[in-house]
Amino acid sequence: MRETAVRTEIAVPRPRRGLWATVRRHPRILVGGTIVLTLVTAAVLAPVIAPFDPIAVDPGRALLPPGPPHLFGTDDLGRDVFSRVVYGARISLAVGVISVSIGLVVGVTIGLTAGYLGGVVDLLLMRLIDALLAFPALILAIAITAALGPQIQNAMIAIGIVAIPAYARLTRAQVLSVREHEFVLAARALGVPPVRIVLRHILPNIVNPLIVQATLSTAFAILQEASLSFLGLGSQPPNPSWGQDIYYSQRYLANLKWWMSAGPGLAIFLAVFAFNFLGDALRDLLDPRLRRRE
Amino acid sequence: MTQYIVRRLLLMVPVALLVTVIVFVLVRLTPGDPVLVYAGEERDPETLAQIRRSLGLDQPLPVQYVAWLSRALHGDFGRSIRTRQPVLEAIVERLPATIELGLAALLISVSVSLVVGTISALKRNSLLDLLVTGAAIGGVSLPNFFLGITLILVAAVVFRLLPPGGYVPFVQDPAANLRYLILPAITLASASLAVNLRQVRSSLIDVLAQDYIRVARAKGLPERLVIFRHALRNALIPVVTLVGLQAGAIIEGAIITETIFFWPGVGRLAVDSIAGRDYPVVQTIVLFSAMSFMLSTLLVDILYAWLDPRISYGARAR
Repeated sequence: MRETAVRTEIAVPRPRRGLWATVRRHPRILVGGTIVLTLVTAAVLAPVIAPFDPIAVDPGRALLPPGPPHLFGTDDLGRDVFSRVVYGARISLAVGVISVSIGLVVGVTIGLTAGYLGGVVDLLLMRLIDALLAFPALILAIAITAALGPQIQNAMIAIGIVAIPAYARLTRAQVLSVREHEFVLAARALGVPPVRIVLRHILPNIVNPLIVQATLSTAFAILQEASLSFLGLGSQPPNPSWGQDIYYSQRYLANLKWWMSAGPGLAIFLAVFAFNFLGDALRDLLDPRLRRRE
Repeated sequence: MTQYIVRRLLLMVPVALLVTVIVFVLVRLTPGDPVLVYAGEERDPETLAQIRRSLGLDQPLPVQYVAWLSRALHGDFGRSIRTRQPVLEAIVERLPATIELGLAALLISVSVSLVVGTISALKRNSLLDLLVTGAAIGGVSLPNFFLGITLILVAAVVFRLLPPGGYVPFVQDPAANLRYLILPAITLASASLAVNLRQVRSSLIDVLAQDYIRVARAKGLPERLVIFRHALRNALIPVVTLVGLQAGAIIEGAIITETIFFWPGVGRLAVDSIAGRDYPVVQTIVLFSAMSFMLSTLLVDILYAWLDPRISYGARAR
């Protein structure tokens, strides 16, 4: 009886769903995706979109409130805040992409190795992950960045290292469940080498939760970069960076020059929100087991 | 249960040792020679070598590590390079301010998220619920330094209701202490508030869909009792976990907030010490925050087992 049911299901051709249909069924992906795309476009086309040079000093136009031609106003050195915000997207997104890649590659490698090999390797690798997890995220990022030197490249490495444990644990847990499936046992019985089993048979089956995790951790990475830059450990002046520009604007708060922090603050908010929102939506689409009840 | 606690404590030892190695290596990697900072204007090679010897910095790294660890186990974390004050003393001195700020923030975050989260879960899809869920997603995405600066601008600069930053000890002037506390406490509470709000709401919704709630209602129990005695009690177990972990990360949360509001706590000490290349202080603060985070994770797990008798930690390893 069961078998017939299965056969019927296979016999019925499943309607192919295009990208557009999927997006229409999940409007939140459309919203999150659109904001993310807008940010990426702004970062890539920054020289075209930004009306002014983000680091060109013009004392004659210092501290102008928002209004044409300076949409977000100007700072104390007469630099256009809007142009700095647009260029700042480059730093933030670059940090997001690079640090998430570091976390993803290292974390997934550790997770695959620990999960597939098990035993002593698993025990040792997971203690290392436990030790990394013992540090509060921002403290670890600060300690690593301070150790390597306050530069944006080092902030990327630090944020990447902080992201490793989440990927390692997620991957290991997935591998533990997938490796007992028959197709893995069959591959092993056929004498397929372990590396090939892991990369060709296991990895493709655990990719969905990893995509969700990568999206959510991009949001976290952007927020952390902003925090590190705010503390002077990220991007260095005069390069535009959202967190550092907000730190810089603090000294003009008492003079009510609010626009110096409003532009970069809203940009951070928008970027983090977009990736969080998209990640949540992707979770609902790709990973039904983790679906949160609304 | 005792067995579980003992095993968890034993498991913590190798991890804690690894943590100390990571902290030690990180601080030794930090650029800038502490001897030069320590020596001030002195540049005589003889004297510098002597300072290096007296700080033990001429020894091989593993020797330095063991020496550092054994002193640390005796409560000796060295002296601050900038102020020559014992590190432990410098941290303990600033701990009350950090704890006060952290507790105030937790209090705000927990009380608001409990009340608003419960109402939001009971009145699902109402306008209030939509506003709350929207604000919760927004709150997670808002960097707290931007919120802090905005609060200073509005409450301190424009309306002049509260001081923009600073600190008065509670024993000296309780009223002034509270006035200085309000803005930083709200700032620090914002991030955890958003997370806790979502957790209260979603776990209460989960619990309300359970069969035993239907039974409680079916037997005619007043709704108030159903909510408070049956639903909330169970719904709050995951919230306890979250709040416990947030309490363990108290120093982390304080770093940015204390910097913005000139709050003289451990977080601000950390930021100043990084800028001043004050190795021993940074090392100790990072170590303390990792240890307190680990301990709180353990306490939360134990509390969890105690709150929810269904969870058994008897034989299973992890």
